[in-house]
This record gives sequence, C-alpha cells and structure tokens, in this order.
Amino acid sequence: MSDVANHGVLTTLLAISPLILVCLTVIVVMLSIAWKRNHALSAILTAVGLNAALLALLFGWTLGSVDVTSVLVVDDLSRFGGVLVLMSTLACVTLAHHYLEGYEGPRDEFYLLLTSAAAGGLVLVSARHMTTLFFGIELLSMPLFGMLAYTFRDRGALESGIKYMVLSAAATAFLLFGMALLYAVTGTLDFAELGAALSARGSDPWLLAGAGLLLVGLAFKLSIVPFHLWTPDVYQGGPGPATTFLATASKVAVFLVLLRLFQSTLAFHENWWHDLLGFIAVITMLVGNLLALTQNDLKRLLGYSSIAHFGYLLVALVVNQGLAVETVGIYLVTYVLTTLGAFGVVTLVSSPYIATGGTADASPLHHYRGLFWRRPYLTAVMTVSMLSLAGIPFTAGFIGKFYIIGVGVEAHRWWLVGSVVVGSAIGLYYYLRVMVTLFLHEPGMQRRDATHDWAERAGGMVVLGVATLVILLGLYPTPMINWVNWVAG
Amino acid sequence: MTLVWLILIPFIGGLLCWQAERFGDQAPRWIALGTMLLELALVLGLWVSSDFQLPAEGAASVWTLEWQADWIPRFGIQLHLAIDGLSLLMIALTGLLGAMAVVCSWKEIVRRVGFFHLNLLWILGGVVGVFLAIDLFLFFLFWEMMLVPMYFLIALWGHSGSQGSSRIGAATKFFIYTQASGLLMLIAILGLVFAHHGATGEYTFAYADLLNTPLSETTAWWLMLGFFVAFAVKLPVVPLHGWLPDAHAQAPTAGSVDLAGILLKTAAYGMLRFALPLFPEASQAFAPVAMTLGLIGIFYGAILACGQQDLKRLIAYTSISHMGFVLIGIYAGTELALQGVVALMVAHAFSAAGLFILSGQLYERLHTRDMRQMGGLWGRIRGLPGFALVFVAASLGLPGTANFVGEFMVMFGAFGVAPWVVVIASAGLILAAVYSLFIMQRVYYGPPVEETPLAGLDRRETILLFGIVALVVFFGVYPQPLLDTSAGAMQVVQQSVQQAAAMTGGVQ
Repeated sequence: MSDVANHGVLTTLLAISPLILVCLTVIVVMLSIAWKRNHALSAILTAVGLNAALLALLFGWTLGSVDVTSVLVVDDLSRFGGVLVLMSTLACVTLAHHYLEGYEGPRDEFYLLLTSAAAGGLVLVSARHMTTLFFGIELLSMPLFGMLAYTFRDRGALESGIKYMVLSAAATAFLLFGMALLYAVTGTLDFAELGAALSARGSDPWLLAGAGLLLVGLAFKLSIVPFHLWTPDVYQGGPGPATTFLATASKVAVFLVLLRLFQSTLAFHENWWHDLLGFIAVITMLVGNLLALTQNDLKRLLGYSSIAHFGYLLVALVVNQGLAVETVGIYLVTYVLTTLGAFGVVTLVSSPYIATGGTADASPLHHYRGLFWRRPYLTAVMTVSMLSLAGIPFTAGFIGKFYIIGVGVEAHRWWLVGSVVVGSAIGLYYYLRVMVTLFLHEPGMQRRDATHDWAERAGGMVVLGVATLVILLGLYPTPMINWVNWVAG
Repeated sequence: MTLVWLILIPFIGGLLCWQAERFGDQAPRWIALGTMLLELALVLGLWVSSDFQLPAEGAASVWTLEWQADWIPRFGIQLHLAIDGLSLLMIALTGLLGAMAVVCSWKEIVRRVGFFHLNLLWILGGVVGVFLAIDLFLFFLFWEMMLVPMYFLIALWGHSGSQGSSRIGAATKFFIYTQASGLLMLIAILGLVFAHHGATGEYTFAYADLLNTPLSETTAWWLMLGFFVAFAVKLPVVPLHGWLPDAHAQAPTAGSVDLAGILLKTAAYGMLRFALPLFPEASQAFAPVAMTLGLIGIFYGAILACGQQDLKRLIAYTSISHMGFVLIGIYAGTELALQGVVALMVAHAFSAAGLFILSGQLYERLHTRDMRQMGGLWGRIRGLPGFALVFVAASLGLPGTANFVGEFMVMFGAFGVAPWVVVIASAGLILAAVYSLFIMQRVYYGPPVEETPLAGLDRRETILLFGIVALVVFFGVYPQPLLDTSAGAMQVVQQSVQQAAAMTGGVQ
C-alpha cells in the first residue's frame, strides 16, 4: 500500500482511464441515439470508444500496480483482464452490427448495453474490495438481461433473458449473504484484510459459511457444476452477439476476480478446501462433457463445453502454486480466442437476424451440414475453433491444455490430471461430430448460410483474424507465454 | 535445412493440391504424386550421401544430420530435428508408400479430389515430423497432429461399412483411442520434464538431456507405462486394438495403406526411440509383460483373421498378428532382434500395403469386400490374382520375401533371451499360413459366383503392384542395405538395454 503515496493524480487517472473512456462511450452513444438514430453511427462510436479504451490500457502498461481509491487496484492482472474484456467486446460489436441489420426493432440500444456490461467487466477485474466486486458483477449482469432478451419477440431469446435474470438474482442473493457473514465476523470487506482475518480465524464456521456462499455466487456466474443448470438454455436462446459476450468477456472477468480472491485469501490454502474444489472441478469437467455428448444444437453444445472448460480451469485454482497463475492466464487467452471463433461463426451464419417464432439463430447442428462446400473459409474458422476447443496440437487450445496438465502433474494431483484426460477424450466425440457435420454433404436438408459478403464485413474479418491468431499462437506461443508470464510475474 | 524441408514439402504440397482443384481433378493428383516423389528423392539422396555408422566414442552427436532453433524458451522447448539410420528408413518408407497411396486412389477418389490429397499429404507430413522430432514436445505435437487429417480421410471418403458400423463412427473411435492414449503420453512427458526440473532446476524437452534424468524406480515405471500405452494403442497391442479393424474396414484404400504401412510403424519407432532408451531399467522389468502381450497379439490377430468375412478386416487382423512379432523383437532387446524388427517393419509395410491395394482394386471391380460374394476370381480377372499370391506368400513369411528375413531375425535374436516365447510364437507362424491360404482359397479359388470376366489390371495398377513385388523380393534376397543403415541406431538402443540388464543383474 506504500505505492499509494507515490502516485500522483495524473498517474491514477491514466491508470483508470480505460474505465472512464468506456463509461464516456456509453454516454456519447446514448446522446447520439437521442439526437438521431443511426445504426452504423452507433456501432462506429462504440468501436471507437472501445478502441480508445484499449489504447489507454496499453499506454498505462508500464505503470505497475496503481491503487485507485481503496476499492480498485489497476495492476498487471487487471490490465490483462481488461485487454481480454475489451477485445471480446469489440468482437461482439462487429458481430452485432451485421446481426442486427435484419432486426426491425430499435437496434442502437444494444451497443449501450454491451458497453455498460464491458464497463462492469473492467470494474470486476480491478476489484479488490467486496463493494467493487458486487458493483462489477451487477454492472456486468444487468445489461446482459437486456442483451439476451434483445430480440424479445423470439420465445427463445425472451426465455434466455428471463432465465439469466432469475439465476443472477439467486447468485446475487448468495453473494450478498456471504459478504454479510464475512463482514459480521471480520468487520472488513477488503480482500487483503479478509484474507488476513481468514488465516487468523480460519476455522470460524461463520467465516467459512460466508466464504462458501461467496463462492457459490461466483460459481453460478461461471456455470460450475452443480450451479450450471441455466447455461444451455441461456446459450441456446440468446441472440448470437449477446451469447458471445456472455461466453467470453463475462466469464473471463468473473474468473479473474475469483483468482484475485484466491490469491489474497489464505484460508483457501487449507487442504480440505482444495479437496472440495478439486472434487467440484472433476464433476464439472465430467458433467459438462457428458451432457454435451447428445446435443443436437450447436449453441447448447458450446454451452456445455464451456462448463467443461471451466472445470479444466479450476484445476489451476485448486493447485494454486507454481505455474497456476500463468496457467489461468494462458488458458483464458486461448479460451477467449477459441470461443470468439466458434460463436463468431454461429453469429455470422445467423446474420442478418430473421424473425421467427422460436429461436432465430442458426443453432441446430443440421443447419451446418456441408457448410464447407458452400463457405470453405468460414468452415475453416469453425474447424480450427473446434480443434482448439478439443486441444489438438498446432492450435492455441493445445497450449492451454498443455499448461493445465502441466500444472496438475507438477503438483502431483493425479486425480485431476486423470479427469482432464477422461474429459478431453469424451469431449473429442462431440467436437469431432460438429467438425464432420460441416464437411458432410446431404442435399435436401434445411440449412442456413452466411451472406456472401461475410468475409468483407467487420465481423467476418474479426472472426478470420481470431482463427489466424488461434493457429499462430498454436504454432508459436512464445509471445503469449512471455506476456502472461510477465503478468503473473 | 534439409530436415525442415522434408517436413514442409508434404504440407505445402497439400495446400497446393487443395487450391489446384479448380484446374480439374487431375491437377491435384499429379501435384500430390510429384510432392511425394520429390520427398522420396530427397530422402534417397540423403541416404546415398550420408554415413550411418555410429560416430566414434565421445563424438558430439550421434545424429547424422541435425537442425535446431529456439521455439518456446519458457520451457526450454526447441524445434529440434535429427535423423539417423532408423528415421531415414522410416521416412523413405513414408515417401514411397505416400506415392503409392496417391497412385492407388487415382480412380477410387472422384469427389473433392483436392481436399482428399490435402489430407493425405498432411498425414504424411505429420508422420515425417514424428520420425524427425527429437524434442519431446515437438514429437508429441506431430504425434497428435497426424490424427486430424486421418480422421477426415476415414470420415469423409470412407466406405459406409458392413453390419451397420458407420465410417464416422470408425473414424471417431480411431481418434478417441489415439488421442486419449496420447494424453497419457503427454502426462508422462511432463512427469519426466518436471523430474528433470526437480533434479537440475531447468526446464527442457530435449531428448538428449532427458535421457539421463535420475528417476526413482516407481516414477520410471509409471512414466514408462504412459509412453507404452500411447505406443501400444497405435501399434496396436491387444487389448488396445479396438479401433484398428473398424478404421481399416471403413477407410479408403489410401487410408488403409497409410495406416498399416506407416502409422503403425510410428508406434514401433516410438518404442525404439523413446520408451526403451528413456526408461531402460523399467523397460527391462516390463519386457516379460510386453512379450506376453506380443504373444497374445500374434494368436489373437491370427485366429480372428481366420474368422473374418470382410477382406479388409481380415488383413487388419493379420496386421495385429505381425505387430506381435515386432513387439517381441523390440523387448527382446538383442541387436539381432532389433535389426529384425526394422526389417519386419519395412517388409510388413510393403506386404500390407500390397494386400490393401489389391482389396481396393477388387472393391472397385466387385463393389464389395465380403469374401462370401467372391470366390473363383482366378479365372475372371487377368493379372490380379497372381500378385495376390505373391503378397499372401510374403504375409505368411515365405523364404525369399522380406517378411521371412524379418521374422526369422526377430525369432533368432529373441531366442537367447526368451526361448519359450519364441517357441510359442513360432506356432503363430502356422496360423499365419492358415489365414493366408484362407484368403487365396476364398477369394480366388473355389466355384465362381458369376462367370462374366472383370476388367483386368490397367497399366497404372500393374506398375504399382510390380514395384511393390520387386521391393518385397529384393529385400527378401538382399536385406543388407536396410540392415547397414539401421545398424548404428539399433546399436544405441541395444547398448542402453544391455546397460540396464547389467545394472539390474548387478543389484540381484
């Protein structure tokens, strides 16, 4: 905390400027909508604002750890998270622009919601106090209700939005109750002080109950078994860009705050916590993968697969030593890139939006049959994403899996390593099924295509870029490893 | 740089094939053939120009040719390629069988020709990578990477099979078996690396550094098992063979040729290069189990082969039987047996490839692989049955064929180490004669189903088959070039086994 005195107002402002810029973007876009509705203008303003925030983030790169008030800290980890959140949000903006062109209702507000949620993500990755944790989670979740139910005339989207709202309410209740218990015992809400209190009085049942409830609240958001039941429905029903945001930015931000909690609260270093968490990790991997096996709906399948992936990620948290932080960083990068690729293709194939009674997106798997013979490059993106999700070498996903297995082997957690292997083997089955569907050719099936000019649109370019990055990082991961290693430092 | 080009040529050729599809169906085929011939020429040039004797004691490197570059410094991972006699033979085999695979699918594959050849060449590129990589991370990457194009080959161009089993099912089974066992190997590799890290404080995946990692007995045992399981699935060793008959039965001819001819050899190569030298003591202790598994494989494969109705399934089971001999030879560990393993691998690649190509040609003419609908073909097809007789004879290990040389050397070399294993294994040779004659009897002799003559062999098919026959006979009569080339590499393996034997003997 001695840093605080050394930082002037300017440094502090520069450190927090990404968040300020994102909030400004919200206001500017809102004013522009009030003045004149113009879909393209809203999208461009949002993109410009997010890019400015990203630049500001890069400018503040060398500042080190800066305390912005006593509830926010901008350090390497939060900049790392900020980059991931902003990049995913940018990708969602480009996807949304193409997607919403076919939507008859008001289109511009989507960008407002998206940017607000991104601001929530930025707060969350910088949180070092329960108030900011709570504030960040709510700011992240509330706009998501709106985004998921944005195309509310579709039953699926409406259902998805409402389900996510109910789940979020439940998670919030757990979260607040947990915080209240912690505060009642310790009298503080600061992560570091809580950690000290926990290590001093680790066996106090109220403290443990509080910490447990807190974890349950976060586990809801990360869809960790047994708090995963909402995931497939929400993923399936929500409009493409909203689901993409939910699967990437939202999960990354929540996971990073969980990591920060783990780093500062020593009570989690006790053995039985680790065994319990290890057990949860194992069932999360297995349940996610097993339930994905029989899915015939691509978005549902991706939902279950994301459950499994967070099971893998939990391995790093359980170990929480050695390579653990680096592993989390690497895995999150690869996961975000891969998921952006997969959901990007789904969104592009579903773009522009077509009004239907059920779910509007091209979500059933048979829509993708033989896509390769009609849109080879788009299919290449999807294939790369599937291979990367399955952790096949020469894709970024493999580097992530390599780290996960490595961290488990290093700590001699053989059960966890074994479950990762079993989970991956099960996972292969459905990833391969999706992959081969893309290449089959069976005429006469109902199917959907991306528009012919998909590759010339911003969304298409982003998706192609993401896929290239997945391959490049699989071939030469050194830059990513150096970056994350420096962050984990 | 030659080594890098050996890997890159197939990958680049594959991309060219894919793009060349727009110029018609013939373009990808010619490009693929040219690529493989170029690869072959490069290897043969290397073969002629290099010396594969072991360098003198204390020389800097045991490799004939080496290339390395930094890749992931965080974990000491390098792009490290090297070639010695063993890898050179295997790569030459890859180039040759690759060219054959292209030629034999000339008329079989008529849809999506470009994409087919992309996959075919990428498999070969991955295999070459496996044979060249001596950084364990890189090795693992190629090991897993070659599965993806193979998966596509079976899933997209396979035959929808008999008895309701689908080609996609077979491809998925193949992929899951090999990938899951591959992950076990990854765990073992990481275990080894972390053990090395614990002992020396630095991360490295380099083969030469990891060779001398001090390991406790139990650790070495578990890590060795991790490697063994991965290789055993690919070889395949009974009871881990479940994927093989299905994959072979559903794969297109080129896929079967690659699978039996080259992919199975990567497993034997992996055992010779990694499993034995990295864990000599544990392997020595494991040898009786491995040899027993080899014996089981010999009999299991042969007996099941006798009961098959599907021609390609039958050949697939004979592969299991032959690989049993390979396994015995590898774990016998004498120089003669190890040299026999090399000869047997080459010989089996030719004879199995020949048989699979023949069954592909039969399928093109009869549109079935069911032997109950064959019979009496000797009079109906000109040329083909004669070739079949040669390959069947090779498969049963008739003297004068390369297979005989290999099997004989394996048995002879293993006899001093494990006489009873050899005695029992030689009974397996009788079963080999039984299933081989079954093939001839059921397919080519007996009453014909129809009388109408079928198309004879065209020039492409005749040249292809003649080439393989010539190689089988040549190496059967004069195997010395093979043995000279691999002698140095095999001596290294044999020395490590010997040292381990001496050490465990000393303890007792």
